[in-house]
Amino acid sequence: MSKRASTLPNMVLTLILITSVAGGSLGFIYQATKAPIEASAVAKQQSAIKLVVPGFDNDPAAEMYELQSAEGFTLKVFPAKRDGELIGVAIESMTNRGFSGDIKVMVGLEPDGTIINYEVLEHRETPGLGTKMYDWFKPADDDGADGEVGAVRAFFDRLFGISQDDGDDSKNILGKNPGTSTLLVKQDGGEVDAITAATITARAFLHAIEVAYTTYTQNTDAASSATTQIENWEGDEQ
Amino acid sequence: MNQLNNFTKGFFKENPVFILLLGLCPALGVTSSAVNGLGMGLATTFVLVMANIVVSLIKGFIPDKVRIPSFIVVIATFVTIVEMVMEAYIPALFDALGLFIPLIVVNCLVLGRAEAFASKNNLISSVIDGAGMGLGFSMALTMLGGLRELLGSGMLFGLSIYPEDYGMLVFVLAPGAFIGLGYLIAILNRVNKA
Repeated sequence: MSKRASTLPNMVLTLILITSVAGGSLGFIYQATKAPIEASAVAKQQSAIKLVVPGFDNDPAAEMYELQSAEGFTLKVFPAKRDGELIGVAIESMTNRGFSGDIKVMVGLEPDGTIINYEVLEHRETPGLGTKMYDWFKPADDDGADGEVGAVRAFFDRLFGISQDDGDDSKNILGKNPGTSTLLVKQDGGEVDAITAATITARAFLHAIEVAYTTYTQNTDAASSATTQIENWEGDEQ
Repeated sequence: MNQLNNFTKGFFKENPVFILLLGLCPALGVTSSAVNGLGMGLATTFVLVMANIVVSLIKGFIPDKVRIPSFIVVIATFVTIVEMVMEAYIPALFDALGLFIPLIVVNCLVLGRAEAFASKNNLISSVIDGAGMGLGFSMALTMLGGLRELLGSGMLFGLSIYPEDYGMLVFVLAPGAFIGLGYLIAILNRVNKA
């Protein structure tokens, strides 16, 4: 095989040719995938809203408005309505207290602030540890520990003589109201079990929930009476 | 060269991860589960095959002194294409692999095959070499990911095998990747010797 000599014009020409072909094909692929990428981002947002505030019949994305939190984060609020009446809001909340980088959470609140459900949108926590936040704070039934796996678990428990306290509800935050429950990890004097070996992630996650709740209630007229309650609650934290 | 040999050498005799010890950064980084390992392996396989095809086609036109930059541009182009296509059509996998996709560019396995094989061999051999090496890489990553997932969180391909509470946490974390890889290399060396 005869290679072209490494003269300057040859080299320059070759590199120009290769980079222009590469640039051209990338531009083409970018154009082709732009719409699907945007569509998948919208679909992800839609499915997160449906999960955290089920049962609405309006288009929450169309009625979306933004709120500024005390920390300076911009939160997106998606009002969910049925027959014109507000049944809850999905709030895209975030925190910068994650183990590595920001954590973005979509949290669904009833109009009074009770947590309906949540969905983790974006994070860079440790795989296998911090990532447990996806369903750690949901009721135990949600993590699939029933049926066959439950039987295997029972066997292992007997084998090692360990008693599981799966029955208690201390991991779950769904159905609780941050205004009345102290949603902090137990290490910080709260009532929520931290994720095993990922306390920082658990703290950060609860902070994102708190940001959503505080910002939303403080910006809602109906919650003016609740505001004092929140201030008290924040006072407890310090 | 015998094409069957050319293909199968990537799995055992010259497995990129276990024998050549190439591409260890993604091998250690993404293998927290078998699915992640497989996804990363297949993405790398695609890049490897495409880069081998292009490099073997253009090898005659490239002056020797600029061959490395040319290869890198070719590889980076295909990696970016993989990244955009994956984000558009398999967002779940893109979320899991995210950071590691751009790193395929600097995976020395890809450049290594372009430089050591595709720039010296014809198109057919290069495609087969790329596919064999890529699938061998995928196999290694899936094995390591499966081992870590099984020992660390009691699951295999997302299916619960035993309760997660009895998993060894270390295998989920980075040190477990090194330990697991060490044992897999030892086992494969023993098998190769026999």
